[in-house]
Amino acid sequence: MAQAPELKLVPTPGQTVGPFFGYALPFEKGGELLHPGHPRAVRLYGDVTDGNGDPIPDALLEIWQADEDGNVPAETGSLVRDGYTFTGWGRVPVDNLGRYTFTTVNPGPSEPGKAPFILLTVFARGLMNRLFTRIYLPEDAKALAADPLLSSLDDAARDSLIATREADGSLRFDVRLQGEGETAFLQYPRLS
Amino acid sequence: MATTDTGNETFANSHVLDPAASTASQEQINEEISALHGAYRDSVAAGGEEETQPRIDFAPYRSSLLRHPTKSLHHADPETIELHSPAFGQRDVHVLESDLTIQHNGEPIGERIVVTGRVLDGDGRPVRNQLIEVWQANAAGRYVHKRDQHPAPIDPNFTGVGRAITGENGEYTFTTIKPAPYPWKNHHNAWRPAHIHFSLFGTDFTQRMITQMYFPGDPLFSLDPIYQSIQDQKARDRLVAVYDHSVTSHEWATGYRWDIVLTGSNRTWMEDEEGDH
Repeated sequence: MAQAPELKLVPTPGQTVGPFFGYALPFEKGGELLHPGHPRAVRLYGDVTDGNGDPIPDALLEIWQADEDGNVPAETGSLVRDGYTFTGWGRVPVDNLGRYTFTTVNPGPSEPGKAPFILLTVFARGLMNRLFTRIYLPEDAKALAADPLLSSLDDAARDSLIATREADGSLRFDVRLQGEGETAFLQYPRLS
Repeated sequence: MATTDTGNETFANSHVLDPAASTASQEQINEEISALHGAYRDSVAAGGEEETQPRIDFAPYRSSLLRHPTKSLHHADPETIELHSPAFGQRDVHVLESDLTIQHNGEPIGERIVVTGRVLDGDGRPVRNQLIEVWQANAAGRYVHKRDQHPAPIDPNFTGVGRAITGENGEYTFTTIKPAPYPWKNHHNAWRPAHIHFSLFGTDFTQRMITQMYFPGDPLFSLDPIYQSIQDQKARDRLVAVYDHSVTSHEWATGYRWDIVLTGSNRTWMEDEEGDH
């Protein structure tokens, strides 16, 4: 891949979301990209924990993903869910025990042969800047083995990015900000 | 719009009390900040790279101690979904949501201000038709939030939440009330400089960011570990709005201007590269 071009402007610094976003950023059905009663609805959930393994009760998570066919959604209306339009984006605060839950679909691969994943962004009090990571679906072993990001990671980091499929079809993905099993967080070209 | 009735909100998710908070004095916090900034300046003087973002590992901000990853971030080449952002528009946001002073029956108390500016990407291109969200304390430094229990009045006419969709030139404008500083529990007698929280989307989801806008000349800047978690003064200055008298309107509101620069889009150059085959 070619070298990413230099930026013309210096990006504005991020800051923590702080503790008081609860009345501002969450919105009704924020985590329901699909109605939970839909036959293809998939529950995506997990716990967000700190360096002691304790739950973080004031984190905010966002996901962004392709639809089941791997297409990038281009529909507006995420903030006013109509129950039918798949916008690909959702936002939820964690609960008092640090648990988050989204209702969504299994994304298709965004490029043929690629391992499908859901993009996750983490915000929290105490976290000075947002963190990005990928939630890979566990099924396509061949695509996972060929994935350029996963191949570049050690086993622990690699494992931290692959969700667990539970018997009822749910996807389990825990987010550990620090310490044992620390989630691998990502950085992309052209940050500065 | 999020719930605005302070009487029946369900705050299942928010905590101010922080087990990591210490009883350090402001002087101790100042010394810690000063030591870290000194080491940074030495490093830059020795040819080290200038930092433009906050450090996620910044001990004077006590809540960061157990909440920052210890491993460095892993490089990822963006794939298709990462080269796009969710779409927002007037279906999502009503134009009146950018005026935080008209959400209730009466006028909020405080200094009415207009905050305006542009959202640009790292190439200087306007970020059009994207969602921009703000939230803030009121003129007494109180948030409409159950866990903010410090003894300052709630204003029944001010919630402190606004949204807008950026215009063709990336422009945005909010009408609001100037927020006050407020106390927090990072250390003894800790006060945050007055600020407005901003949440932003770019053309690529990897440009997503949340930050805080500050007001010029705030005497609390040097004491605040959140603001000072940005090591470089030039970078810190980028979070401070400028007073702009051309934004101020006669007998109505004072005006501030603040432009926001997101990181660079990867879509154009990566797609161009694919087109080169």
